[in-house]
Amino acid sequence: MNRERSRIRVLIAKPGLDGHDRGAKVVATLLRDAGMEVIYTGLRQTIDQIVTAAIQEDVDVISLSILSGVHKELSGKLIAKLREKNAESIPVIVGGVIPPRDIPELKKIGVMEVFPVHASFDDIIGFFKDRFKR
Amino acid sequence: MNDLKQIETKRNQWKKDLLNKKSFSKASTSWGHDLDVLYSPDHLNDTDYLKDMGFPGEFPFVRGVYPSMYRGKLWTMRQYAGYGTPEETNARFKYLLEQGQMGLSVAFDLPTQIGFDSDNPVVEDEVGRVGVSVDTLKDMEIIFDGIPLDKITTSFTVNPTAAIILAMYIAVGDKQGVSPEKIGGTLQNDILKEYMARGTQIFPPAPSLRLIGDIIEYCKDNVPRMNTISICGYHMREAGCSLIHEVAYCLLDAIVYVEEALKRGIDIDEFAPRLSFLLGSGMNLFEEVAKFRAARRLWAKIVKNKFKAKNPDSMKMRLFSGCLATACTASEPLNNIARSTIMTLVAALSGCNAIHTTSYDEAYEIPTEESVRTSMRTQQIIAYETDAASVADPMGGSYFLEYLTNRIEEEAEREMARIEDKGGILKGIEEGSIQRDIARQAFELEKKIQSGEKIVVGVNKFVSDAKEREVELHHPSKDVREKQLLRLKKVKAERNNEGVKFALDEIRRVATGRGNLLGPILSAVHEYATVGEICAVLKEVFGEYQEAT
Repeated sequence: MNRERSRIRVLIAKPGLDGHDRGAKVVATLLRDAGMEVIYTGLRQTIDQIVTAAIQEDVDVISLSILSGVHKELSGKLIAKLREKNAESIPVIVGGVIPPRDIPELKKIGVMEVFPVHASFDDIIGFFKDRFKR
Repeated sequence: MNDLKQIETKRNQWKKDLLNKKSFSKASTSWGHDLDVLYSPDHLNDTDYLKDMGFPGEFPFVRGVYPSMYRGKLWTMRQYAGYGTPEETNARFKYLLEQGQMGLSVAFDLPTQIGFDSDNPVVEDEVGRVGVSVDTLKDMEIIFDGIPLDKITTSFTVNPTAAIILAMYIAVGDKQGVSPEKIGGTLQNDILKEYMARGTQIFPPAPSLRLIGDIIEYCKDNVPRMNTISICGYHMREAGCSLIHEVAYCLLDAIVYVEEALKRGIDIDEFAPRLSFLLGSGMNLFEEVAKFRAARRLWAKIVKNKFKAKNPDSMKMRLFSGCLATACTASEPLNNIARSTIMTLVAALSGCNAIHTTSYDEAYEIPTEESVRTSMRTQQIIAYETDAASVADPMGGSYFLEYLTNRIEEEAEREMARIEDKGGILKGIEEGSIQRDIARQAFELEKKIQSGEKIVVGVNKFVSDAKEREVELHHPSKDVREKQLLRLKKVKAERNNEGVKFALDEIRRVATGRGNLLGPILSAVHEYATVGEICAVLKEVFGEYQEAT
């Protein structure tokens, strides 16, 4: 993590079998346009693949996009796997169709922030720049 | 013509004398075409009634595919349903039929759609979540237990595994004593839109198209009442493209499928009557109705002029429509009842032949019994409490509607030509340019929502500060996977494993060669081979699709 760099690096990942990638691609474009470096995994990534990519790419944050209702299960597994690989310093963010009642639960298992559908662009960019500033 | 000139002159006068005396706001269509304040006959100077509109049941079918439309047969109310175990889905189907539903529509879970069995560790969290889990014929037997297949039709939202599910449906019929020529329904079986927007593809395009050709060919001879494919514009629209692109992509895909069947020497009139279509119903009432009408006219012309069909049934675009789920919102979910009502009305006014009404809680979960009943009632209220079903094409003749119909047809044709010029839809999919185009459009649309240019009530305007009452959501049962694992284990222990191996080898042999795969797949499902086992063999031979980046 000692590489010199000026731009925030984000891994946007689609875990599980869910094929809805509209949101993931919208956020990828948004963050790129805001000057961040975005790596988008594409569909159907296993938890192992995501963790490996995050470590190899030395990203500042993992952003999961989930619209199949299994956000709690998949986020929990990802965070556990990061811990197992001693990479728990990489924060995890979740976007997608997330019922409001699930947000506190996601935060309890270690998700840093949740951005549901139509979350404000300004809020998203502001959050990334503020938390991961370089 | 003189009349039209006179009307135009009068209209210009009216603009000058009255309209332009006071300021008024601008308006444009969703794809950015500026709108006048009022439409009159002179806007339709490019329309010849008999040639361009005609009568329902007659070419170019813009006013509907059947002469009496809903007076002859009401649209089929077909709620997309299925979740958890086959037993739970069987109970939901029986509930829907009791509530007056007319046809079934099966939602499968993602593992079934993508060819993984419930015991595959990769799918641990997804068994029975967004639809019902099917590993073997046993599960399909349970789903349709007590539902006679010769009395209903069933729609299957399944694509790369469509051949397997079709084989299982035939086998269930067989066990019920219903022969294949008596079963009917619709397979979605539209692989191209999976690469473009929906994401359940397994194999690369060429072998996927072969499987589709096999299904078309097999059904023509054996399952004549099955709509072999439901060609979708809906999913690209949901992924963010405009309604112009929705029509263009859908028809370009349809042309690819037709060409695949023609390559086998099948006559257009032997299979085109069994092609069906799925387009979305959105919130812009006039635009959307115009879109369906334009799509029907375009398709009829393509089949008649490009493919030289003789049978008018080949030219009929029979349509299933669902409300656009992306028009519904996660916040203030009850507002979605109003939205779904409008979108269902759109589908009915468009002359769609089957309709799904999106439930207010569907953004979050499988609908509850209460929300799905509300959707059924929405359709029934429109069918029986309004006059929407009283006449064919009730909005036809509205100057505005006819103007939009002409414009949408023109724009969609232009977009189709543009894609053809760049090498065609298949090339665009393989290179990823279509996917990038859709993603770019989705981003632009979201920017408009963010800026407030496109108003979404309860999201970017009229947002309430009060804490929302959260609606009751469906609770997925915790033990679906365990139950599926138990049943799968039992089936595997009781089946003839020699027979399974023989059947899978036969699939491998035919897949490597050129024969029709439906026969061997049917034998394998009869032996209780699993969806995952059959797909594994096909993957060995066909390989797997790599997403374009």
